[in-house]
Amino acid sequence: MIAELGLAALWLAAGLALLQLVLAALGLGKGRAELLSGVRPVAVAQGLLGALSFGALIALFLRSDMSVLLVAMNSHSAKPWLYKFAGAWGNHEGSMLLWVTVMGLAGALVALLERGLKRETHMATLGAQAAISLGFYAFLLFSSNPFARLNPAAPDGQGLNPLLQDPGLAFHPPTLYFGYVGLSVAFSFAVGALLTARVDAAFARAMRPWVLGAWVLLTIGITAGSYWAYYELGWGGWWFWDPVENASLMPWLAATALLHCVTVLATRDALRAWTVMLAVVAFSMSMVGTFLVRSGILTSVHAFAVDPERGSFILVLLLLYIGGALALFGLRVGTVREGRQFEGVSREALLVVNNLLLTVILGVVLVGTLYPLMAEAFGHKISVGPPYFNAVAGPIALVLMLAMAVGPLVRWRRDEPGVVAGRLLWPAGLMIGLGAALGVAAWGKIGVLPFLGLVVAAGVALASLIPLTKRNLRRTPLFTYGMVLAHLGCAVSLGGMAAESAFTTERLVAMKPGESVEAAGWRIRFDRALPLAGPNWVAMQADMAASRGGEDIMLHPQSRFFSSPPTTTSESAILTRWDGQLYVVLGEALDDGRWQMRIWWKPFVTFIWFGGLMIAAGGTLTLIGRERRGWMMRLRRHRAEQSA
Amino acid sequence: MALKSKHQRLVLALIALVAIIGAGLLAASALKDEAAYFYVPADVKFKGFTPGKAVRLGGMVVAGSLAHAPDGVTKTFTVSDGKASVPVRFTGIAPDLFREGSGVVAEGKFDAQGTFIADNLLAKHDERYMPREMEGMSYDPTTHKVTGANQP
Repeated sequence: MIAELGLAALWLAAGLALLQLVLAALGLGKGRAELLSGVRPVAVAQGLLGALSFGALIALFLRSDMSVLLVAMNSHSAKPWLYKFAGAWGNHEGSMLLWVTVMGLAGALVALLERGLKRETHMATLGAQAAISLGFYAFLLFSSNPFARLNPAAPDGQGLNPLLQDPGLAFHPPTLYFGYVGLSVAFSFAVGALLTARVDAAFARAMRPWVLGAWVLLTIGITAGSYWAYYELGWGGWWFWDPVENASLMPWLAATALLHCVTVLATRDALRAWTVMLAVVAFSMSMVGTFLVRSGILTSVHAFAVDPERGSFILVLLLLYIGGALALFGLRVGTVREGRQFEGVSREALLVVNNLLLTVILGVVLVGTLYPLMAEAFGHKISVGPPYFNAVAGPIALVLMLAMAVGPLVRWRRDEPGVVAGRLLWPAGLMIGLGAALGVAAWGKIGVLPFLGLVVAAGVALASLIPLTKRNLRRTPLFTYGMVLAHLGCAVSLGGMAAESAFTTERLVAMKPGESVEAAGWRIRFDRALPLAGPNWVAMQADMAASRGGEDIMLHPQSRFFSSPPTTTSESAILTRWDGQLYVVLGEALDDGRWQMRIWWKPFVTFIWFGGLMIAAGGTLTLIGRERRGWMMRLRRHRAEQSA
Repeated sequence: MALKSKHQRLVLALIALVAIIGAGLLAASALKDEAAYFYVPADVKFKGFTPGKAVRLGGMVVAGSLAHAPDGVTKTFTVSDGKASVPVRFTGIAPDLFREGSGVVAEGKFDAQGTFIADNLLAKHDERYMPREMEGMSYDPTTHKVTGANQP
């Protein structure tokens, strides 16, 4: 019954999306303004019905209703409730339903909250949003129905991939999806503005919170995904340039560029056409990301949904939306008048540099990710791996970091190069000093990129704080704090990456119980290995004691065996200290009673994800600061009108 | 650099174009190197190898070739694609699905003698994970025969 209810709600929501599109199109195209008043209520109802449908799917998973195909394929009655819950979107159909649900709710929010736009632009935006949603409703209903029944019902489910049975799963994919959806809203705003020839500062202000929100969520999603891969895969790495990771990185790069140029448009009314173009690119990247992940077209440890038919469906949607948007851009860009101009040394110019470098990195990652596909079309089979991405994207990213250090210290419109150089005296001095010290201490021991990374991170960290100097900190707007925090986060994260690559200590040993090993000042003793049983797994668990001069700290790395589906995973033991992490992996038992152990000391590795969280927190502060200012201004105007 | 001309838009578009073409060239030249990133044993035999360069080697682990060194963490084995075979030495913890007769991708580099020194092994996670270059490669455990991949 619940399944039928969910399916009915989904069909109704799809019907309302169609109605929303038709009302907006007729209202604007035929000038029948009375139809436009229906658009907003329909958008809200569509969002609520989508949420009802998703709620039904969650209920089915929580009840372990094995008469529903999706539940039987991806869940198991013995799973802990959290993974039953998260299992609802840990599969293809459920994740697409989550996508349209969030998209519908976002559309409802745009309908309810947006006040700054002209009515026509607002309605055109909602119409565009309905058009995007329709494609995804069609995809769900015609090729990925999450509510399909299984007759007769299965006695029990097949379980969820054990690698995915982790609290990280509960948050990682939805966060990314929310980010993708935020970019779809930004795209709808761009389409609405193009259609009604209103690409201006008001459009930028309306779009900005969605770009910021999407960017914050993508940042959190990527950070969480990186940490998940780090502790769950047991390989000690935090980024593998896996196509699925790239699929989340590319929209982030585009969103980062968009977020900076939308600020130029909102503040200075410049870079109009480029902002619209970037909105199209950012949404395209989230579609490309969805296509790569959902079609399973690329070799990947993450590709758990291999289905060419679905891949083709998403590919058609992708081409339709991107092609349509580019055609619209080409047709309407003539109506976008040139914005205000600026000098070669100005905040605007530095933000253009930011956008160019980000776009270039995006292009490099995109080419590297898609190249194997293109090569295969010509009969060559090729993998593109970390050497390519690190060698090409790494140096450009370092230049981008340097531009990030300079940008906030340059005034809008025009500035004097000499004065800007003066403001950069301290960071430049720090970089030279640190570079010399590191060069003397560790020349030849660390790679070029980690060396430059450490130096640049220090300089950027110092430079990012300068905008807070020589001003009244209590009257500094919240969004300035947000920017400083986010830029400092980039430096912290870069520092963590560079320190980890430069100074990691690794020990690979086979130990008998009672033996010890030294690693970077730590003494790690292996006491025993014992069997252990969990709710749906059995494991071998090692008891180990680590100490660094002080007391023993117990560590318990495991090798886990899951029965449904049969898989072994390695649960690493991680000990976090302020200056790094001790990472212990239990390997296999040898015939002579020894156990393989892999031990890493990774100095400052936590800075990578801590920096990511700082970036997200900075974005959140900026979002709150900007929105609060907008609401305050509206409130003041409202009061002024009432008293008049 | 004064951008305050009437044609600021044009200038910006040109700069963007140059940057994107530059990135394309950079990517293309790096990809040329990358084409040599993945090896199957036949490549090693017919095209040679560069010692010390970080590459991947893919193939089937030949049954009976797996041996363990006394240190407990080093394994040696032979990887084959049906046309040629390469000796591999791996120090580390092998993935659970690593076994004789199954597919493996080793990350590491060749030493001067042509032994592949691996520091990481990727075993097939399940039927759905297979490196592109190894599609179609299979191994018959009774005849020890590797049916080759469709490598050009």
